[in-house]
Amino acid sequence: MGVNRRGFLKIAGVTAIGVAGKPCFDILSEAAASSSGDKKNASGKRWAMTIDLKACKGNEGCTKCVDACHSCHNVPDFGNKKDEIKWIWSEPFDRALPNQNHAYAQEAAKKSPVLVMCNHCDNPPCVRVCPTKATFRRDDGIIMMDYHRCIGCRYCVAACPYGSRSFNWREPRDHIDKIDPKFPTRTRGVVEKCNFCAERIVRGKLPACVDVCPEKAMVFGDLNDPESEVRKVLKENYSIRRKPELGTDPEIYYIV
Amino acid sequence: MLEKALTGGRRYWGLVALFAGFVVVGVYFYLQQLEYGLGITGLSRDVTWGFYIAQFTFLVGVAASAVMVVLPYYLHNYKAFGKITILGEFLAVASVTMCMLFIVVDIGQPARAVNMILHPSPNSILFWDMIVLNGYLLLNIVIAWISLDSEKKGIAPPKWLKPVIYLSIPWAVSIHTVTAFIYNGLSGKSFWLTAILAPRFLASAFAAGPALLIILCLILKARTKFDPGREQIQSLAKIVTYAVILNAFFILLEVFTVFYSAIPEHMHHFEYLFFGLEGHSALVPWMWISVVLAILAIILLINPNLRRNEGVLALACGAVFISTWIDKGLGMVVTGFVPNPMGEVVEYSPSGPEVMITLGIYALGFLVLTVLYKIALTVRKKVA
Amino acid sequence: MYDAGKIIPGLIVFIGLATVPVWYNAGTEESGDRPELTLPQNADKCVADLEFMRTDHMNLLNEWRDRVARDGERYVEIDGVQTEMSLTNTCMGCHDDKAAFCDRCHDYLGVVPYCWDCHLTPEVIEKWE
Repeated sequence: MGVNRRGFLKIAGVTAIGVAGKPCFDILSEAAASSSGDKKNASGKRWAMTIDLKACKGNEGCTKCVDACHSCHNVPDFGNKKDEIKWIWSEPFDRALPNQNHAYAQEAAKKSPVLVMCNHCDNPPCVRVCPTKATFRRDDGIIMMDYHRCIGCRYCVAACPYGSRSFNWREPRDHIDKIDPKFPTRTRGVVEKCNFCAERIVRGKLPACVDVCPEKAMVFGDLNDPESEVRKVLKENYSIRRKPELGTDPEIYYIV
Repeated sequence: MLEKALTGGRRYWGLVALFAGFVVVGVYFYLQQLEYGLGITGLSRDVTWGFYIAQFTFLVGVAASAVMVVLPYYLHNYKAFGKITILGEFLAVASVTMCMLFIVVDIGQPARAVNMILHPSPNSILFWDMIVLNGYLLLNIVIAWISLDSEKKGIAPPKWLKPVIYLSIPWAVSIHTVTAFIYNGLSGKSFWLTAILAPRFLASAFAAGPALLIILCLILKARTKFDPGREQIQSLAKIVTYAVILNAFFILLEVFTVFYSAIPEHMHHFEYLFFGLEGHSALVPWMWISVVLAILAIILLINPNLRRNEGVLALACGAVFISTWIDKGLGMVVTGFVPNPMGEVVEYSPSGPEVMITLGIYALGFLVLTVLYKIALTVRKKVA
Repeated sequence: MYDAGKIIPGLIVFIGLATVPVWYNAGTEESGDRPELTLPQNADKCVADLEFMRTDHMNLLNEWRDRVARDGERYVEIDGVQTEMSLTNTCMGCHDDKAAFCDRCHDYLGVVPYCWDCHLTPEVIEKWE
């Protein structure tokens, strides 16, 4: 045989590349095709929510929306701020809407509790930074989390300008008050956040927080439908959004 | 050439054993972290990146500094550096290894890391970081190994190595430019949203890396038969001097921009760092130590008489290294999260297991460095 | 052969270690026949046939996972019936005893799927109802 060791290694290397080429190509092309995440949503809807700050009774101790969301999504309660996971909660006015706050602002507005959650932005920085497309934007506007794919790098948590996202620092199952059998739990090492109750709206129901609010302070609907209630509320009231100057185009509108 | 790592004197094996011991302890705590979750660290809902990512950010700079030795030698024929390019390249290998390990221990589901390859996301800077870090590791391993091997055989390196070495020069700049981009593209973090972040990274990298290299050279000169050379160390020292002054200048530029424009949200981060905010001041002593060390280093390095004294130089380089470590690690990563997006101050400090895992990774990096330097020195003792 | 005194014993140790999976459980309870699965009492048809499920149930679950979590589709039509693509509700709605069915093969093969870290099993649900 006239082939020396170097020649043999060269031939072996080319063969290995040739053999591995097709499977690699298959994986990558399949990944590219299915990872777009923006599966055409035939419904053509664009979900958004308005929250009437004056109607909310959060200051008087009402936490029905928070309790409803956290219980139907199996959100754990660890009892400490460090490991805390929250999908929806109430912030004081000057923390949630700092650029609207000034010393002489209307007292009633300043005292309103502001319900905050994922804004399901139209131009989401979290989706832009996710290295695996585990968080992605659906065609109907909902920013979804794929808990199966999330590697827990927390880049999305850093990128979110609103602090809407929580990370599972520990195993959550033992710290859930009452497990709702219709929804999975999560496991340690993944990021989670409000999902606009995607599993409820696909069945024609309203998000849990909207449904349970006794004051009907929250209105949820389709922005693409000019007759929807959410469009009506926006037309008839002055609305603001959180940190609009950042260009994220959030879809939670606050009626002040 | 790997077999050269298997023979050595008592001091070599002592170092190996010391580092290996810390690695074992680090592995033990990492297994605990895998079991419990990342909650075992001091990280919280508000400060989601801390010690691990801080070390990664700092070490990316140290790794890139190999270019400071490679560039003058290969692009500008500065023959003196030919003696120490191997040291710079091996330092880069050890540093990038540590960088990637810090990322692995920081992610919540490490077994899924391959998802970054299965579902490539060019929109994410983390994806590009994975590419440039792995590429830089590969480049440096190939360049250093083949150069050393050719030196051992007494022949010139193969011709194709030259373009690879030329490639490693912009690639080195890319690794910490991309790392800076991880931070400075985020609209929600006003502390990081500044174009000067990448130049700051470069400046502190070219200060910290060559400073460490000088300290390593001085150790090698004192403890082994290898003398990196007076001229080489002095050239490196000049690079460190300019880089440290530039780094300080860039920080002052930031301070001016923030405090003259007086936008409260931007000022809060700097106030937290240097004066404390809302009663929280955990990082204040650290930052002022960093400032004092930087000033001390500049004074010592700017004076050529002091710089030429290798004892003083070692002290100054130590000051530079510690000062940039504080500035880039604690003062940059953690501060991005304080105050949080709601304007609240939630502080962070690393937990015990977190520190032990960090030490374990540093030990692994220094173990790799020790082994690689041993191989290089053994080859040279044979040849020269 | 140089160093035969070190190489031969070393080779024997290596081969021993490399073939541990083959001989470790030989002759004990865990080895031998294929595991016996307890089939559900209350259903006669699965979403696909036996041969397919044996080889491809994991791929089916992956496909369902992507369609539900990423594409937003919840239901698939199987034999004219709108079936929910759900591990907990559909699969384990019939195969409700994980230990007697799912775990039998998984334990035998040393496979640890992490689906149930998040997805609820009938046992967990019962505990909470």
